[in-house]
Amino acid sequence: MSTQLEPGALPGRKTARKGGENKEVGADRKEKTQGRAAALLVAPTLIVLAIVILYPVLNAIYMSFQQDEGLDPVTGSFVAGGFAGFANYIHWLFQQCDTPAGAASCPPGTLGAQFWSATGVTFFFTAVTVFFETLLGFWMAVIMARTFRGRSVLRAAVLVPWAIPTAVTAKLWFFIFAFDGIANTLFNTEILWTGSQGPAQAAIIIADVWKTTPFMALLILAGLQMIPAEVYEAAKVDGASAWQRFRLITLPLVKPALMVAILFRVLDALRMYDLPAIMTGGANGTTTLSILVVNQIRVGFNSAAALSTITFLIIFIVAFIFVRFLGANAVESASGGAKGKIK
Amino acid sequence: MGIKISRMYVPMAAAATLALALTACGGGTGGGGGGGAASENLDSRGPITYVQGKDNSDVIRPLVDKWNAAHPDEKVTFNEQSDKADQQHDDLVQRFQAKNGDYDVASVDVVWTAEFAAKGWLQPLKDKMAVDTTGFLPATVAAATYKDTLYAAPQTSDGGILYYRKDLVPTPPKTWDEMMGMCPIAKAKGIDCYAGQMAQYEGLTVNVAEAINTAGGTVVDKDGKATVDTADAKAGLNNLVQAYKDGNIPKQAVTYQEEQGRASFQDGKLMFLRNWPYVYNLAKTDGSSKVKDTFGIAPLPGKTGPGASSLGGHSLAVSVDSKHKATAKDFVAFMTSAETQKFYATQGSLAPVTESLYTDAALVEKLPYLPVLLTSIQNAVPRPVTPFYPAVTLAIQQNSFAAISGTKSVDQAMTDMQAAINAAGAK
Repeated sequence: MSTQLEPGALPGRKTARKGGENKEVGADRKEKTQGRAAALLVAPTLIVLAIVILYPVLNAIYMSFQQDEGLDPVTGSFVAGGFAGFANYIHWLFQQCDTPAGAASCPPGTLGAQFWSATGVTFFFTAVTVFFETLLGFWMAVIMARTFRGRSVLRAAVLVPWAIPTAVTAKLWFFIFAFDGIANTLFNTEILWTGSQGPAQAAIIIADVWKTTPFMALLILAGLQMIPAEVYEAAKVDGASAWQRFRLITLPLVKPALMVAILFRVLDALRMYDLPAIMTGGANGTTTLSILVVNQIRVGFNSAAALSTITFLIIFIVAFIFVRFLGANAVESASGGAKGKIK
Repeated sequence: MGIKISRMYVPMAAAATLALALTACGGGTGGGGGGGAASENLDSRGPITYVQGKDNSDVIRPLVDKWNAAHPDEKVTFNEQSDKADQQHDDLVQRFQAKNGDYDVASVDVVWTAEFAAKGWLQPLKDKMAVDTTGFLPATVAAATYKDTLYAAPQTSDGGILYYRKDLVPTPPKTWDEMMGMCPIAKAKGIDCYAGQMAQYEGLTVNVAEAINTAGGTVVDKDGKATVDTADAKAGLNNLVQAYKDGNIPKQAVTYQEEQGRASFQDGKLMFLRNWPYVYNLAKTDGSSKVKDTFGIAPLPGKTGPGASSLGGHSLAVSVDSKHKATAKDFVAFMTSAETQKFYATQGSLAPVTESLYTDAALVEKLPYLPVLLTSIQNAVPRPVTPFYPAVTLAIQQNSFAAISGTKSVDQAMTDMQAAINAAGAK
């Protein structure tokens, strides 16, 4: 995800700035031709985006209003389901299943019965992992920002977990948390890490924090390095303590970078799939929304499309809240800081 | 300026999240029954494509080469999928759904046959397309049959067998109760008594279905309706639940898939292991195996005689959209002939589907477990033959796991399993 967002973010910022400059010049013919040229230049990107993003999205939304194929009890063949209205959405949101006796609440052991628990698990994972990753990432970033011998070695070493593909990470932790694995041997315990809910969730959280903290650390480090050293010197001269310098200088100045890092991580964590899929297969209270979607795809596409759309809306709302109420402010001071540096 | 930028961010964040949330969902709206396609191209001959999962022991390529040498005008192209069953399934679904005849002949896992047949993707193997299944083990044919029509030709088979320590128990147990009665021997030695595959995944369905079938119950009836809410089925699940509660099944067994159980057995830490035939050669030859000369094999223990194993293996199906079905049919016959099956067995340790091969002296010498496996497969029950298999297996896994780990009573688990299986088929 980060790779998709990042390249988009930079041109976005630039265009906005350019737009501002153009307005200052005033509306004239030159601007019009420039606008046309710009539209031409942007067109290929837009067309590609329309094909790879817009079309699948619209198709998925269309599908989400279609009934899944049903079985004709006489011939034993599947027949097309037809228009479903909001039935697929009602199925997920109210956990209503069709049973031989009519609509009823989905019995345990069906995918339909897991929507809200999966939502809860997803948010729980997101909150806990992002919390720890931010805390540890900040700590690591502060250390990496100092000048000392072997700093580059440390920075490279910190990156290792992030560089390992998630699937490999998941398999590594799967072995570590096996019953006769390293975790139990090391601490001389006999915990069934993947055998019950609490330990299974803890195992996934530990693996995720291990893997993604470096990402947080690097983004925060970038933020820390934007802070000019003079500010600290001035504060020292004024007699500010280390804690005061951290609270009144580091924290507010790093906040923009921090908010962006947290936003990325939250969006990333909300669609967590590979770690639980490989470590537990979604068993024992580790079924996230993404796992539910993939499981549903194997049973019925249309209902899965509805679930994807719901998942998208959930993630979108979270992203919107971040950008609107937390991020907007962050972006403003970020650009302010950048301006100050240019001058 | 800040506000302007933040406005840029909203659609960007929207586009990105939208893309992420929905990329998983690339499938089209499937069209149901095959209709006319099943009666087209029946006499047509020409090049075809054969697809199956990863050919780990290199058995398919030599066979395809042999076929191609003999049929220069009807060459077969071999398309190899990944070695993950889920991915093979999804690949087949996508190709079949596209209806372009990409795959003419496909190797289909026994549990997928009903789904694909009900979707109308498989050519019924009758009339002109009939293949000869005389001498095949009945369970393998039953697993490839949907609504009384054969949709695939059994290719290879698989069944569960009981690995035991003959140094500790000279005669293997014939019944479940007998086996449980032997557990004090293991306890005295300080090792675990019995384990199968009881982590929450497909293996649990296999083990629970075996327990239910062995106790005289069934999972679904002929029409795919659930039948687990019966005394027999409950007794079957209860056997596992009770053994786990008593410690006869060690507590870590709920994290065991095939490999963890094998590791424990080879390490000498387990007296009885339910597993597939592949373990045999590894336990005999693995350098780390501590039980090389001290383990034996037996049919799964049952209620009074041998237990009812779940059936594994693959069958060959012809796509209903194949352009050259006559060639496809001949190729299927070639790939399931007795001679080819012998080659599967000797080259790839894949168990045959023809009953007489299990007593073939040359084969038994190479694969000493064949006679035991024969008993296992003769008593085998296919896993639920239902077009809703993915939903049914989930219903079995989640509810039986809850019962085994003690968060649900057996009665409640079976009531929920019954409802969940029926909900899967109610759409």
